[in-house]
Amino acid sequence: MKTEKNKVSERENILGRIREALTVPAPMPGTHAPEHPPAHITTESPASHARDWLPSVGASVAEQFELFARNAADLKADFQLLANRDELKAALLKMATAEQWQRIASHGGELTNFACQSLGLPVTLTDRGYEVQAMEQCDAGITECDALVAQTGGVAVTTRSAGGRALSVLPPHHVVLARRDQLVADLPAAFARLQELYAPDYPSMISFITGPSRTGDIERILVLGAHGPKKLTILCV
Amino acid sequence: MSTVSQFKFRASEKTRDLRHRTVIRTALRSYEMVRDKRKAAFQSWESARQAAAETKWEAVNHLDTHLEALTAKLEARGTKVHWASTAAQAREIIAQILRDKKARSIIKSKAMTSEEIHLNHALEKEGFTVVESDLGEFIVQLRHETPYHIVFPSMHLTRGEIKDLFQKELGDAPSDSPEDLTMVARRVMRQKYLTADVGFTGANFAIAETGMISITENEGNARLTAALPKTMITLLGIEKVLPRFADLALFLPMLATAGAGQPMTCYNTMYSGPRQPGEVDGPEEWHVVLLDNRRTELLADPEQRDALHCIRCGACLNVCPIFRNVGGHTYGTTYSGPVGAVITPHLRGLQEWKHLSNASSLCGACTEACPVKIDLHHHLLHNRRNASAGEPAVLEQFAYKLFSLVANEPAFWSLAKKIGWLTQPLQRAVKGSVLDPAKAWTKTRDLPPQPRESFKDWWKNRKG
Repeated sequence: MKTEKNKVSERENILGRIREALTVPAPMPGTHAPEHPPAHITTESPASHARDWLPSVGASVAEQFELFARNAADLKADFQLLANRDELKAALLKMATAEQWQRIASHGGELTNFACQSLGLPVTLTDRGYEVQAMEQCDAGITECDALVAQTGGVAVTTRSAGGRALSVLPPHHVVLARRDQLVADLPAAFARLQELYAPDYPSMISFITGPSRTGDIERILVLGAHGPKKLTILCV
Repeated sequence: MSTVSQFKFRASEKTRDLRHRTVIRTALRSYEMVRDKRKAAFQSWESARQAAAETKWEAVNHLDTHLEALTAKLEARGTKVHWASTAAQAREIIAQILRDKKARSIIKSKAMTSEEIHLNHALEKEGFTVVESDLGEFIVQLRHETPYHIVFPSMHLTRGEIKDLFQKELGDAPSDSPEDLTMVARRVMRQKYLTADVGFTGANFAIAETGMISITENEGNARLTAALPKTMITLLGIEKVLPRFADLALFLPMLATAGAGQPMTCYNTMYSGPRQPGEVDGPEEWHVVLLDNRRTELLADPEQRDALHCIRCGACLNVCPIFRNVGGHTYGTTYSGPVGAVITPHLRGLQEWKHLSNASSLCGACTEACPVKIDLHHHLLHNRRNASAGEPAVLEQFAYKLFSLVANEPAFWSLAKKIGWLTQPLQRAVKGSVLDPAKAWTKTRDLPPQPRESFKDWWKNRKG
């Protein structure tokens, strides 16, 4: 009871101090005087024109795929734009052979189901719950995604599109399966896509994955696979 | 030792440490190159800065409304929100959650707020096992040190030192290659993840519109921290709030660019609740602790309120000539560099920390580097002014009054020049010694010799 009461009062204490502090206006950035600061919260964000300032992306879809491929390569992610499901199957089998996959982890989905069938390997599926130890032993985690972002060369995944929170970070190789219509030009478009797909009932985790896990904490030298996957492969059909 | 003499002592040690200079120079040389390249890729970095500054201004100047919206949204999805006015309250809230959960081990991803409230020390004293999972934080934790830099905690160490440390503490260091050492840490940490009872994170942004906490990281350690343990705790300062979900489209690439010269940090993750119905994993409980710890005092100063816009990218540290020379540990504060010099006097007392504002060349490199346009070097001047108004330096005031009197009166000035010339040998004799009233200045500097004839006299007496 006591902590409950304290909690309420600390909330009121902090909000009270904030309101007291805000009775004196502060200058807008770029000015040195408090000239007519807007009294109410504006509906349009100063950041709403971000598209005009962020790195340019090219007008056509073909250009944007090219940009995505270039950015992904800079990030040391492997990106393959494939013509059809047969090529997807071939790409998956090639990786499985090269890396000698014994077991994979995945989740139910149109593309992931196709991938699991094509590979014919033992699968840890996350849909009905899973053992963390079992997933940790898998050679690859295969997921779908919500968007490919041309501007950054990254992908957006959520708990709903990518089989939960751990599947895209726990196994040493993360394979993302995407459809061509999931490519968005830039970050503002990616956020708009997520809003379209989910608002107001967002998945409890949304993650922008931009390249494989990395660190530069030792002498600022890049090492891949710090905690998450050492390899990130994006296959788009 | 007082905070100021400690600062002076450490600063003089570090500035003459050639090894330290080499390490820091190597670490920061590539930073400036890649950051400039990423900035140039923006169509307009300057417009983006202005918009980011205005967005943060809006967030901070309507902080009460945004915090209420944020907490209402978080609570609606089952997150428990706690409010802490002080560091002690925050520590107690977190310790109480651990006791309630009968937790033993905590895995942490990087959080400067936890350094600010000295959380690890408090939890270890109660018998909890705390493991830092960010590689740099893990390294400084093994060394029983505080982070050297708010973004690159182990920037001051060489691979050889880290190899020796791993050999001693973990009994495993196959070589001194960064790759091998990172893999040692990865193996150690994987086991910790699988057994930790509670995961602890910081936050980079909080979104009022959708009730989300956004975490930026490269390693994937925060992702695992928020995925595997059954209970998750997030500690953040109240100033972290942004109004809208879409604001992140601007802030995420700007944070990455200013902080590390990356187009985007590897993982940018938004959490809006604990595991929801129908989801397959994630924590059963999520506690979000909102920390004031005198941020409201900074908020109450409209002149320096924009210091709360800080997104902790570390750009001002990286470009600061003082930071580069004295190093991160010399400050003796959680937040070092220019932004640390600005906010620490507000968070921990002006008179005790005013010396940080004097340890500045006022070159303005920090202000120029700041992605949210905090007027950093002017705030250092504001701190100096406020400090001297609070505790006037009587001797200094007298000296300046005397100087202005002499300098404003030609007769006094020409007399002073004559006295100055005549007493030059005496000045040289006592230079830097206890007899020298200006020894703080002259100890490490030479006054140029004063010529017999001033320029003015020479001009007047010249022939033709």
